[in-house]
Amino acid sequence: MMSNIDFKEWFISNYKTFEKSLNGEKTTSFHQIRKEALSKFSEMNLPTTKDEEWKYTNISPIIKHNFSVIPHKADLSTEEVNNFLFDKLEHHLLVFVNGEFRNDLSRLNDLPSSVEVGSLSDAIKKNHPALMKHFGKYAEDSHNLFTALNSAYTKDGAFVFVPKGKIVEEPIHIIFINKTTQDKFVTQPRNLFIAEDNSKVTVIEHYTSIGDGVYLNNTVTEMFVGENANLDHIKLQEESKKSFHISRMEVDQERSSNFSSHLISTGAEFSRNEFTTRFNGEGGESMLNGLFMIDDEQFFDAHTMIDHAKPYCNSYEHYKGILQDKARGVFNGKVMVRPDAQKTNAFQENNSILLSDDAVMNSKPQLEIFADDVKCSHGATVGKLDEEAKFYLKTRGIGEEAATAMLIHAFASDVIKSIRIEALRDYLEEIISKRFNQ
Amino acid sequence: MSTTETQRIEELANREYKYGFVTEVEEDRLPKGLNEDIIRQISAKKEEPEWMTEWRLKAFRHWLTMEEPKWSNVKYPPIDYQDISYYSAPKKKPKYNSLDEVDPAIRETYNKLGIPLEEQMMLAGVAVDAVFDSVSVATTFKDKLKELGIIFCSMSEAIKEHPDLVKKYLGSVVPYTDNFFATLNSAVFSDGSFVYVPKGVRCPMELSTYFRINASETGQFERTLIVADEGAYVSYLEGCTAPMRDENQLHAAVVELVALDNATIKYSTVQNWYPGDKEGKGGIYNFVTKRGACRGVNSKISWTQVETGSAITWKYPSCILQGDNSIGEFYSVAVTNNYQQADTGTKMIHIGKNTKSTIVSKGISAGRSNNSYRGLVKITKKAENARNFSQCDSLLIGNKCGAHTFPYLEINNSTAQVEHEATTSKIGEDQIFYLNQRGISTEDAVNLIVNGYVKEVLAELPMEFAVEAQKLLSISLEGSVG
Repeated sequence: MMSNIDFKEWFISNYKTFEKSLNGEKTTSFHQIRKEALSKFSEMNLPTTKDEEWKYTNISPIIKHNFSVIPHKADLSTEEVNNFLFDKLEHHLLVFVNGEFRNDLSRLNDLPSSVEVGSLSDAIKKNHPALMKHFGKYAEDSHNLFTALNSAYTKDGAFVFVPKGKIVEEPIHIIFINKTTQDKFVTQPRNLFIAEDNSKVTVIEHYTSIGDGVYLNNTVTEMFVGENANLDHIKLQEESKKSFHISRMEVDQERSSNFSSHLISTGAEFSRNEFTTRFNGEGGESMLNGLFMIDDEQFFDAHTMIDHAKPYCNSYEHYKGILQDKARGVFNGKVMVRPDAQKTNAFQENNSILLSDDAVMNSKPQLEIFADDVKCSHGATVGKLDEEAKFYLKTRGIGEEAATAMLIHAFASDVIKSIRIEALRDYLEEIISKRFNQ
Repeated sequence: MSTTETQRIEELANREYKYGFVTEVEEDRLPKGLNEDIIRQISAKKEEPEWMTEWRLKAFRHWLTMEEPKWSNVKYPPIDYQDISYYSAPKKKPKYNSLDEVDPAIRETYNKLGIPLEEQMMLAGVAVDAVFDSVSVATTFKDKLKELGIIFCSMSEAIKEHPDLVKKYLGSVVPYTDNFFATLNSAVFSDGSFVYVPKGVRCPMELSTYFRINASETGQFERTLIVADEGAYVSYLEGCTAPMRDENQLHAAVVELVALDNATIKYSTVQNWYPGDKEGKGGIYNFVTKRGACRGVNSKISWTQVETGSAITWKYPSCILQGDNSIGEFYSVAVTNNYQQADTGTKMIHIGKNTKSTIVSKGISAGRSNNSYRGLVKITKKAENARNFSQCDSLLIGNKCGAHTFPYLEINNSTAQVEHEATTSKIGEDQIFYLNQRGISTEDAVNLIVNGYVKEVLAELPMEFAVEAQKLLSISLEGSVG
C-alpha cells in the first residue's frame, strides 16, 4: 500500500475528481457555495483531543485512511433493501446506495399536493427556492471542519419539503445503505428537511451497511421547523464495525414549534454525532432522546446542544447508553439559556450502564445559564446494573441472564417508549433482545 | 420584581467593601520583576538552604516553558508577570512569644476584622499562625501543640527546622511541573503554613491561619503543606480578607494535603478578598491549586469552602483517592456579585478500591457575575466499587448574571456508581410571597431562603468558622438581593 496523504491534503487535491463527477454543474451558483466551503475546509485545523469539544474523541483512526472521494456504484436488489424495512409500517421510502439516490428502489405513496420528497441533487438542479433559502443556514461551515468538508462535497442527500399547513401522515423512511468492497470510500449525504408553518411530518434517517469494508460516512442534516410546525425525527444508525460515522444535525425552531428526536445507535467503529437545536421563537418545545448500545471496541460520541435563545421554551433531553466489552462512550450535552430567555424549562439526563470492566464512559452534561427566571436541571449516572434489583428477580426464580436482559429492557424502555411509531419500537425491542437475551 | 425591591437592590449594591482599609506597616520588598536573580534573592532573604533554592529555580525554568491556561470560563486582562513584586515582608522579622510584642498596627488590623487574637486564643482555643503579608508574625499555642508532637509553623521555619519532612512531602501532591500558576508559586512562594500531625495524634484544636494581602501590588504566593500521619486527625481553617485596592492583585497559592493510613484532614476556607468595586474595577485574582492525596487506607480528606470574595476565583480543591476505602469530600458555597467571576469545583480521582466521594456545590450569582461549577469525577480502571455522588445547584439573582455547570464524568470501571445532579433556578416568587405573608420582609426572606439553600455546606464548617461564614454570606447577599 502506498503511503497515505494527509487527510486534509487528500480532500483538497481530489476535489477536481469530484468536480468532474458533477456533470457540468461546476458553473452553477450553487457550486460557489461548495467552493467557499472547500476554502474554509482548507483553512481549518483537524480537531485534536486538546480541543475541549474533542477531549475524549480522537480522530486519528479516521484520518489515517485515504478514502476514495467517488464511491463505487453498487448493485442492490429490492429484496436486499427490504431487509432494512420495518414490519407493518406504511411509509414513504427513499433509498440511497453509496451516497447516491436510487429512484428504482424508492417509493412514494400518495403524498399531499406540493409536498416534495426526493433527492437533494434534484433540488439543486431545479434551483429549488426552499433549498436556496435554508441550505447551509443552520449547519455553518466555519468552526466545523467536517461540515465544511460535507458542504464542499455536497452532491446528494434527502430533501423533504412540507409547505405551509400540509400534513404528511406516514413517516418518510430514508435509508442510506453503504455496500462495501475492498475500496475505502467516503459518502457525504447532505439532508435538508423543511417543515413550514403549521405542517407536520415524521422523518426516519436510517444509516446502515452491507459488507464489512472500511468507509467514512460524513453526514450533515439541516432541519427547519416553522411556526406551529411539528417535526418528528428519528435517526437510526446501525453500521458495520469497520465504518466511521460523523454526523452533524442542526435544527432551527420557530415560534411554538415542536421538534422531537430520537437518536438510536448501535454505532460503527467510530461514530460522532453533533446535534444542535436552537429556539428561534417563543414557546417552542424540543425533545432530544437517545439510546446507544455499543460493544467490542466501538466508540460512540454524542454531542448535543440545546440553545434556548428565546423565552418560554421547553426542552427535554434524555440519553442512555449501554456499553459492553471494550466499548467507549462519550456524552457531551449542553443546555444554553441565553440572556432574556426567561421562563425556560430545561431538563437533561444521561444514564449509562457499563456491563464490562473494560468499558469506558465519559459524560459531560453542562448547563450555561444567563437568565434567572428559569428551571434547569441535569443529572448523570454511570454504573452497572442494580445488584439489588437483580437479586430480587433471582429470588423469584429468574436466572442471572434473564434478569440482566430484563433489566436492560427496562433501562432502555424510557427512551424507546417515547418513540411514536409502533413498528420502530418493536424493531428496537428486537435489537435489544438479540443483543442481550442469550 | 417590584420597584421598591429594585431600589433596595441598588441601594444595597452600592455598599462599599466592608473590610477595605490599609494597615501601614513598614515593609521590606523586592523590586518588580521575575528572573533567576529575584528567585535567588527571595530564597536568600528567607535564609533557605541550597536544595530549596535549587527547587525554586527548577520550577522557574520549567515555568518559562509554560503557557498561561485559557480554558476556563473567566476573562481578565493579560497579567504582566514582570510588573509584580514577588516578595514583601514586614520589615523586621519579629519572633513573639506573647501577643503584646506584636506590632500594634497589625493587631489593630485583626481587631478591625473582628478576629482579635486574644479573644480567639481565650475563647475558642484556636492557635493562629497569622500570615501578614507573607511572613508569619504571630504563632500561638505552639507550646501546647509541641507537647503532642504536632508541628504547626510557617513554611520558611519548616524548611529550616524540619527539612526532611518538607523534602519528603513538598511537591509530592502538586509537583512543580503541575500547572502554570502552581509552577509560578513553586518558584516564588513567599511563605505559608506547615502542619505535621504525628502517628495516632488527634489535633485537639482547630488550626487556623488568617491570610491577609496588605501591600499594594504584591502578588501573594502562599504555600501550605499539611501532613497527617497514620491515624492522625487535623482540622485546618483558612480565612481571608483583604483591603481595598484598585489594581488587580494576583494570588496563586498552592495547598497540598497528605493523609496516610486512617488519617483525616479537614480543610475549611472562608475567602472574602476584595472583589473589586461595583464597576468591576480592581479585585483579587485568586488562582489557586489545592489538592489532597489520600495515600493511606481509610484516609479521608474533606474540603469545605465559602467563597464570597475575589474578582476572579479559579480553583478546584481536589482529592486523589489512592488508598483503599479512602474518602474525599467537597462542600462549596460560591457567591458572586457585580462583575465577579468564579470558576470553581473539584476533582475526585478514584484510584483505590471502595473509594467514596461526595460533592455538594452551591453557587449563587447576582449582579453581572458569572459563576461556574467545573468538576471532574474520574474512576480509574482499578477502582473497584467506587462511589460518587455530586450535587451542584445554582441560584440566580437578577437577569444579568450567569450560572454554568460543567461536570466531567470519566468512568473506566463498571462497578462504579456515579451520580451527578444539578439544578438551576431562581428564588421562587411563591416562597418569598409565603414569607412576606408571615410578616417577613423580602430581604430577610431572601436571606432565610439562601441560608437554607447553603445550610448543607455551612454545616460542614467548624463552629467558629460557620459564624464568620454566615456573616460574610449575608454581607455579600445584602448587596445583591431585595
